[in-house]
Amino acid sequence: MDQQPQERGMLSRVAESIYWMGRYIERAENIARLIDVNLYLNLDLPSDKTARQWGPLVRVTGDETLFTKQYGDPTEQQVIHFLTFDPGYPNSIANCLQAARENARSIREIISSEMWEQINSTFLFFKDSKGGLESMDSPYSFFRRVRMSCHLFSGLIESTMSHGEAWHFAKLGQFLERADKTSRILDMKYYIILPSIDDIDSPYDNIQWSALLKSASALEMYRKRWNRIDSRQVADFLILNREFPRAIHYCLVHAERSLHAISGSQVWGFSNSAEKLLGQLRSELDYAHIDDIIRTGLHEFLDGLQSRLNQVGSGIDETYFSHLVPPADG
Amino acid sequence: MFSPSGDPRPGSAPLVNLIRSLAVGELKRRQEAAEHALMNMGITFTVYGDEASIERIFPLDIIPRIVSPGDWEMIESGLRQRILALNCFLQDIYSEQKILRDRIIPPEIVLEGRAFRKICTGLKPPCGIWCHITGTDLVRGGDGRFYVLEDNLRCPSGVSYVLENRRVMKRTFPHVFETSQVRPVDDYPTRLLETLQHIAPEGVTDPTVVVLSPGVYNSAYFEHSFLAQQMGIQLVEGRDLAVIDGNVMMRTTKGFWRVDVIYRRVDDDFLDPSVFRPDSLLGVPGLVDAYRAGRVALANAPGTGIADDKVVYAYVPRLIKYYLGEDPILPNVQTYVCEDSKDRSYVLANLDKLVIKPANESGGYGMLVGPHATIEERNEFKKKIEKNPRNYIAQPTVALSRVPTIVGDAFEGRHVDLRPYILYGRDIYVLPGGLTRVALRKGSLVVNSSQGGGSKDTWVLSDIPQEGAG
Repeated sequence: MDQQPQERGMLSRVAESIYWMGRYIERAENIARLIDVNLYLNLDLPSDKTARQWGPLVRVTGDETLFTKQYGDPTEQQVIHFLTFDPGYPNSIANCLQAARENARSIREIISSEMWEQINSTFLFFKDSKGGLESMDSPYSFFRRVRMSCHLFSGLIESTMSHGEAWHFAKLGQFLERADKTSRILDMKYYIILPSIDDIDSPYDNIQWSALLKSASALEMYRKRWNRIDSRQVADFLILNREFPRAIHYCLVHAERSLHAISGSQVWGFSNSAEKLLGQLRSELDYAHIDDIIRTGLHEFLDGLQSRLNQVGSGIDETYFSHLVPPADG
Repeated sequence: MFSPSGDPRPGSAPLVNLIRSLAVGELKRRQEAAEHALMNMGITFTVYGDEASIERIFPLDIIPRIVSPGDWEMIESGLRQRILALNCFLQDIYSEQKILRDRIIPPEIVLEGRAFRKICTGLKPPCGIWCHITGTDLVRGGDGRFYVLEDNLRCPSGVSYVLENRRVMKRTFPHVFETSQVRPVDDYPTRLLETLQHIAPEGVTDPTVVVLSPGVYNSAYFEHSFLAQQMGIQLVEGRDLAVIDGNVMMRTTKGFWRVDVIYRRVDDDFLDPSVFRPDSLLGVPGLVDAYRAGRVALANAPGTGIADDKVVYAYVPRLIKYYLGEDPILPNVQTYVCEDSKDRSYVLANLDKLVIKPANESGGYGMLVGPHATIEERNEFKKKIEKNPRNYIAQPTVALSRVPTIVGDAFEGRHVDLRPYILYGRDIYVLPGGLTRVALRKGSLVVNSSQGGGSKDTWVLSDIPQEGAG
């Protein structure tokens, strides 16, 4: 018989499912957190400002066109419905949880039973509440439950699954998604701040920056580093902090580690396009200073970052998921 | 579970005593907890309806079905005998066809059967085994005897429910297992893996064995992934495989990897579009050639479906006699073959007393339960039978045995059947237990999961416990 290769990789289809499972869970948790924070924020804002609060939430998703086409002006109720329950919006929490669960279902012989049961029961819980917010006692506890369920799932990835190739694909998906989401949350301030310059440095400005940090689960950790809320330092913290697990730089370092663990190549080189693109992006951030970023424009920087993360995603797809077409007449 | 006098049958006593000792409502609570566990564990099957497909649990009734050691001994030896004969039959009809020349079974029944694969003629499956995995449906008649109702040699499903039901039952009644001497079923995945490794191509020492599934939308997907997980092997779909230089390879993140044995859970029709159905997107082009060349093993072998054709079924007692020279240990249910003109006129005159089954369907689809059917339905079947008699058989509605089942807050008798699983590898192994399916609707005789059936754990007892006599 022919010799087998030295080492057996995992099925490409399975790798793809694990990667997307990681991404979708991260995405669901981020959206739930954004809504949760915004609900709280509204309690502190005068009513003429709360109306303005929900538009940016849709804008950061990058799916504003779809929203406007179906709903028109962004009101609280409509934005929450769109982001949470809308079956026609591919990135609603409902669809993220369903996609994560479908992916998990197609690889349940790979992941641990605990992971499967957790994602399945989360999905079932969510499905039972599709009556929407009106039928709920408290939207806060609902979104909190969604978030905690996603966190529990992430914890199970850490503690019930071997940290081998499959695990690295899950982490890769999680960290890339998280980097993208943190960049979008930070960008949200760009949309809120621009309409009224008067509000800068007002108490509301402070409230908004705090809310933004909270949206990235970063307020407490930020406070430990810097006491005062300052826009420059917030951007520095969320982009370049070396220790905070939602800071973009941190996410890129860990995504890159997983990428190299999968291919087995050295971190100071590259063996495929995904490694090259991600390595370049990460090393730029290694030597970036927040003042440089602000000088070139924060919004422009984040925008560019997001499209480069998309290219990394395509690189992963080409390298691992849709490669290997059998030779003709095989 | 109970003798006619109302006392627990030997072996049932520990369970009956426990149930009697439970507080009011406790049994129902345990039943609900078991169902909740199944739902969260995602132990579901998919029902395809008019619109979206629905996932359902296969309802588990927590009152087990108990099989005595004596009954089991007979079932086990009867199934061994039957599988051995069916394997001889498959080997014969795809090579010399002696049985057809000897007119034991009319040649047209075999050669024109929809599941007969001419292309398999001359195939030599590894170790001469065709049917590695079989699930045979048994019923217990009013006379207390077990009868064979159906053979399933294509891709019999349900064994995952046997294993998962047992797991849930151990949670539900932990103490009863300590005293009842229930024979374990959990080594099935190990046995299955050994059966599959046994047929690996010659010269392969550490074979790569995979489960081939049609994918996540298949109704038995849970089982496919469950078995792969329990055996610790890969679950693949057709799109993961390709035939390269005569070998079957799977696409991995580190390149192509050779596959040696495939436990396929797809029908013949969808194995290889270059041989069977050209319109199928599920299969792997070139797979059958690789199989023929001995580069990969398939379980079950292609072409086994002809042995569970319901018309062929009627001849199995004669096959046993022909190949083994023995009398069948487990009898068939009386069966009328509509192809036979005498049988046919009887069937057409007695549609209201019979169950009519199409030769090649499974899952309870396309059946007519005469006594419960309307006149229109019966007339429709009359036409179908006259048009295509080869495709139908008829059986009297067997007085299926009934066992106690939880209905609301009380027990009622419900009809059951039993599907034990048989593995044919180095030797023939019968899993001590099997899937007891129960018709949850009162009076219903249909136990299929797709038709409102449920299941019970099957307890095969290894010995009669001392305290069981009273």
